[in-house]
Amino acid sequence: MAVNLNDYSGLQPAWCPGCGNFGILSALKKALVDLNIAPWQLLIVSGIGQAGKLPHYLKCNTFNSLHGRPVPVAIGAKMGNRQLTVIAVSGDGDGYGEGGNHWIHSMRRNHDITYFVHDNQVYALTRGQASPTSDAGYVSGTTPDGAPPPVNPLAVAVACDASFVARGFAGDVDHLSGLIKQAVTHRGFSLLDILQPCVSFNHVNTYEWYQKRVYKLEEDKAYDPSDKSAAFLKAQEWGDRIPLGIIYLKQRPVIEDSFAALQGEPLARQDPELKRIEDVIQAFI
Amino acid sequence: MDLKILVGGEAGQGVQTVGAVLSRTFTRAGCHVFADQDYESRIRGGHNFFRIRIRDSQVMSISEQIDVLIALNRESMALHCPELDKNGIAITDEFRDPELCQKYNVVNIPMQRLALEKTGNKLSANSVAMGATMALLNLDVEILLQAVRDNFTSGKIADDNVAAAKAGYTYVIENIKERKQVDFSPFVKSPRLLLNGNEAVAAGALAAGCKYLSAYPMTPSTSIIEFMAARQKDFGTVVFQPEDEIAAIHNALGASYAGVRSMTVTSGGGFCLMVEGLGLSAMTETPVVIVLGQRPGPAIGLPTRTEQGDLQFALHASHGDFPRVVLAPSTAEDAFWLTIKSFNLAERYQLPVIVLTDHYLATSYFTVEKFDTSAIFIDRGLPLKEDELGETSDYKRHRVTGSGISPRALPMFSPALVVMDSDEHNEEGHLIEDAATRVRMVDKRMKKLSGLRKDIAFPLIYGPKSANVTLVGWGSTFGPLYEASQALRKQGLSINLLHFTEIWPFPNRAVTGMFTGSEKIFVVENNVSGQFASLFVSETGLKVSGNILKYDGRPFTSSFIMDALGREDL
Repeated sequence: MAVNLNDYSGLQPAWCPGCGNFGILSALKKALVDLNIAPWQLLIVSGIGQAGKLPHYLKCNTFNSLHGRPVPVAIGAKMGNRQLTVIAVSGDGDGYGEGGNHWIHSMRRNHDITYFVHDNQVYALTRGQASPTSDAGYVSGTTPDGAPPPVNPLAVAVACDASFVARGFAGDVDHLSGLIKQAVTHRGFSLLDILQPCVSFNHVNTYEWYQKRVYKLEEDKAYDPSDKSAAFLKAQEWGDRIPLGIIYLKQRPVIEDSFAALQGEPLARQDPELKRIEDVIQAFI
Repeated sequence: MDLKILVGGEAGQGVQTVGAVLSRTFTRAGCHVFADQDYESRIRGGHNFFRIRIRDSQVMSISEQIDVLIALNRESMALHCPELDKNGIAITDEFRDPELCQKYNVVNIPMQRLALEKTGNKLSANSVAMGATMALLNLDVEILLQAVRDNFTSGKIADDNVAAAKAGYTYVIENIKERKQVDFSPFVKSPRLLLNGNEAVAAGALAAGCKYLSAYPMTPSTSIIEFMAARQKDFGTVVFQPEDEIAAIHNALGASYAGVRSMTVTSGGGFCLMVEGLGLSAMTETPVVIVLGQRPGPAIGLPTRTEQGDLQFALHASHGDFPRVVLAPSTAEDAFWLTIKSFNLAERYQLPVIVLTDHYLATSYFTVEKFDTSAIFIDRGLPLKEDELGETSDYKRHRVTGSGISPRALPMFSPALVVMDSDEHNEEGHLIEDAATRVRMVDKRMKKLSGLRKDIAFPLIYGPKSANVTLVGWGSTFGPLYEASQALRKQGLSINLLHFTEIWPFPNRAVTGMFTGSEKIFVVENNVSGQFASLFVSETGLKVSGNILKYDGRPFTSSFIMDALGREDL
């Protein structure tokens, strides 16, 4: 039976009116319906922050974990049942700050999951403090003298050889939905950094600010996302022009392929090999 | 028979190999063996030793006196000759320290020279020493040679070491007339096992059907990871090394959420990092087993030493209140069975279970009767089958029940959606803010304690049911405590031992009825503050006459306990 949008209608969102998260939620639902993934085949693991509430506003298998920890929970669940479509969801503080170590090493190892980072360059849940992607000099209650320079998540991802690195914009739902479909169907770690205007706390990086600057990489026929050096340069383009789309793409083995136990039936459906325990015990003699 | 062997040398000389191979040899010969290890946190140099105690009846602790010293370097001679029994012998290379040779019965064997002659590599001097030892004790060398062969997997190395062991044996037979007579009546074929605490935990996890281990290497738990990784293809297990311990516990929670029996192993420092995951396990009711191998802390502490200093930490780690289980195995055999039980409790009650071991238990070798695998029992709790889910749109992962345990659906097994949240949540798993639901869900989780109390085994009394003096212990100190209490009883003291291995929920009802109030109770534990004693007093209301504590990073011996008790007013 074909999946439709109603299958994904969840609780009423508690985000601020006009929040960029609404665009991301719409784009995600549209992508899931287009891909015909049913709610029970999908697991969304989220962290803490406004982004972390996303799975409650859908209807699917949900694990709303701790601040910074959606990626380690998601990769464990994927190894536990590789038939699940697994999406991890963070904000920029959750993903690039608190969960930075998990993020870097999961890209390096190439786990077969999709990772959305709703990047609004601010800590919105705790009301406006500087985040790892806040502009240098951003003044907030905890950074009265201005924030230090930001991390460049896409450049880090290319450096870690993440197998799918892309940027979307919450203000362009159709384009974002297309990127989500590519990220979810990509086999390997897909990082999707999503520019998400925060209408309450970030008065610089607004919808208008982005709309004036963003352009779509796929319209540049000369750009080759498999060229790592070009991707590294492209990842650093920010200011007057901001690229959207796939920055870097590399097909390479996923870590799940290196485990014999993950080749057949999902791990969660395998019975214990209890007959083998006699051999282990015999070896202690 | 009570034969005590100590092998000493620097890291890299193969002290561990001699210890493990000789222990295996005597176990196969039908003896009971207990062995412990003392080593420094370095790969080369320093001073390491391995103590083996061999008896014809059960043995579970080490003795401070030795009968045979195998000294692979000069330093070991100087350090350990004073521990020799008056009839003891020291076997060493051609060092010929005149003072020691005069004072002690020293047998000089050209270990390195024979090793070079036979194998071209002086490193097999340790195998020469093993062969020489068998000859000096007038024992059959064949069992040793087989144990040497089994220890080295690759052909050339195995052949070389067998040749070296034979050379050591022959040298002694041909050159040394005075050899020790040991009464070896127990030399019979026997199916006893020789294994250390970590091997027992790892085997227990495999026997329990653990399919997922995510762990970051840390002494003393690393060998559990390596043991399970080496067998992951046979058992269809995933053994995964993540970037840190925070990831490790969250990986295990993710796999467990998906429906896989999952665990992580670490030491106190790694457990510090895992603590937020402990709370997440409790809040989301996701089963997980955490093996916490204690070592002296805080911080890096003494990485290769032992302590029971993390009990209160294990009991109280994380913010907020929630039910948990803490088990503390006493021996390798206990570690095997309690590890199996830990998985059953974690899944039956859907909560975190901590298995508290320590460096001493993890690395000490025990001979145990062969495990009866028909007694292995696996209880996965309440996972719902597809046909039991009924109306799947109604499924509530945290449904409130009389036991506090909610029927468990697994994601992707049926159209039922499995929703969980680290926020306080309702029965469906969605986050809430209201007071009434908060109280309802806290009560639901805490209700599990009443079922758990019935599943926690009572502590055992060793010796008479009542006595004037009771020693109280927990976890790995069992061996020395048992032997000390037996020896004191033989001396005429009215004494027994009350030993705990299932610590939390505390089996208080079982304990309060055991005492009349006139006994003297001494709590013996490997830490400075008497962590178990505080728990014992607060849970039972009983009065403790004294604490026998040790916190030098070294394990208890029975003589240490006897001496300490001797200073008390009994």
